[in-house]
Amino acid sequence: MIEIKHIKKSFSDKTVLQDISCNMESGKVNLIIGSSGSGKTVLMKCIVGLMNVDAGEIKYEGIDFVNMEEKDRKELRTQIGMLFQGSALFDSMTVEQNVMFPLDMFTRMNFSEKKKRINAVLDEVNLKDSNNKFPAALSGGMKKRVALARAIVLNPKYLFCDEPNSGLDPQTSLVIDKLIMQITKEYNITTIINTHDMNTVMESGDHIVYLHQGKKQWEGTNKEIIYNQDTYLNDFIFASEFLQSAKQMKIQYANAKTNTP
Amino acid sequence: MTRTSTFECSMIKFLEHFGSYLYMLKGMFTRPENLRVYWKEFIHQCYDIGIGSIGIVFIISLFLGAVTTVQTAYQLISPLVQKYVIAQIIRDSTLLELSPTVVCIVLAGVVGSKIASELGNMRVSEQIDALEIMGINTKTYLIAPKIVAALLVIPCLISISMFLSIAGGYFAGTFTGILSEQQFSQGLLKDFTTFNLTFGLIKAFTFAFIITSISAYFGYNVRGGALEIGRASTTSVVISCILILFADYGLAALLL
Repeated sequence: MIEIKHIKKSFSDKTVLQDISCNMESGKVNLIIGSSGSGKTVLMKCIVGLMNVDAGEIKYEGIDFVNMEEKDRKELRTQIGMLFQGSALFDSMTVEQNVMFPLDMFTRMNFSEKKKRINAVLDEVNLKDSNNKFPAALSGGMKKRVALARAIVLNPKYLFCDEPNSGLDPQTSLVIDKLIMQITKEYNITTIINTHDMNTVMESGDHIVYLHQGKKQWEGTNKEIIYNQDTYLNDFIFASEFLQSAKQMKIQYANAKTNTP
Repeated sequence: MTRTSTFECSMIKFLEHFGSYLYMLKGMFTRPENLRVYWKEFIHQCYDIGIGSIGIVFIISLFLGAVTTVQTAYQLISPLVQKYVIAQIIRDSTLLELSPTVVCIVLAGVVGSKIASELGNMRVSEQIDALEIMGINTKTYLIAPKIVAALLVIPCLISISMFLSIAGGYFAGTFTGILSEQQFSQGLLKDFTTFNLTFGLIKAFTFAFIITSISAYFGYNVRGGALEIGRASTTSVVISCILILFADYGLAALLL
């Protein structure tokens, strides 16, 4: 579990995160949602230590991460996998080399063991027969899956995904969402996803934190979000008329179901 | 803004850059996570810098020597000056200045811009962040192998350049009848000071460090997109060239 307490972050005179507290639970898909510029990515970068917080606490399994020594921080990071918005695959390496890189760096496995592990994770993300392709030859969805394979190859305890569905069609987005959900449950990982994709929110949001202008505006689950009374959140989630009517129908259906004897 | 405050701003900016540059160099000195992977990266960089630049070094060096021969002969019209002096001038100017300085300025363009744009692209596409997240010290992994490889390979390239430049001078001199083969050999061997060769290699080491560290600094610290990568690449070449010229003068004043 990751505990976040009273996080604050500013750039010059612009406050980006204001007093954010929440717990990211293990074995669950934790979503950070919010409109563009609400501070989602900054919050994620603060949690993984790519940015330093101005104030507040971040604890991984009760261990203080903010004041952790560099050596310990590096060790902890080997337990973190991250899927970046643009995939962040190494251009000069093939799919296999990309996925093998963390194994090369941090394990003493021999080549055949590494190869076995790579094939297992590539199989897990439904990417067979692409081992020798370079990232430039892959589609957006395939790149995300390779990046996901690279993120999980060391069996991380924490998985961070920064807008995993950006630039993908709805069908491929669902495939990525299902993969992340499946991996989270299978390995009992603490997964944190930054998103503004409504499908992801409704499908996989075990725990959702909604940010509005750098503040935590709402917290709950995908079951609760449909009944929320927060104006900002409703404007964000049910932005179109179609989604508003879908919400009304869902509520009416749920009410009818509870009123039926 | 007044002239003084503009100067102050420039000084502050310069000191900020200088501080970050030193901080980057300091950050490189950490224990590698896996020596085998770092060794692989070092060999890859040696190949990239060395083999990648050998073609241009070959062409430039040959022509430098050839042109120097023709132009020196053109200026030495006095019958009192022996012909072999042309070979002496080619030898010393090649060892002391032409090969180390001119070739390194070209390498600043070839190698420096490549390093800056490669690291800049890695920064912008979050590849550096991905390495950081894995727990890898990116300064040690991405910058140190480039600098160490350049310190090894660039002096080798300069040595090759010295040989090729003198060979270029020999071909231009003997084929055009400016001086005979014997006169050229006599000039090459007469009053040869081995320190000139050492001095040329000291320059090569210094310039190799400047080229790679400056371009790595500008590439590593890119913020933004494609435009900033291009800007960082250009800035790194310009700053490297200026520093090479400053170091060139400084070394000459100190060591000669």
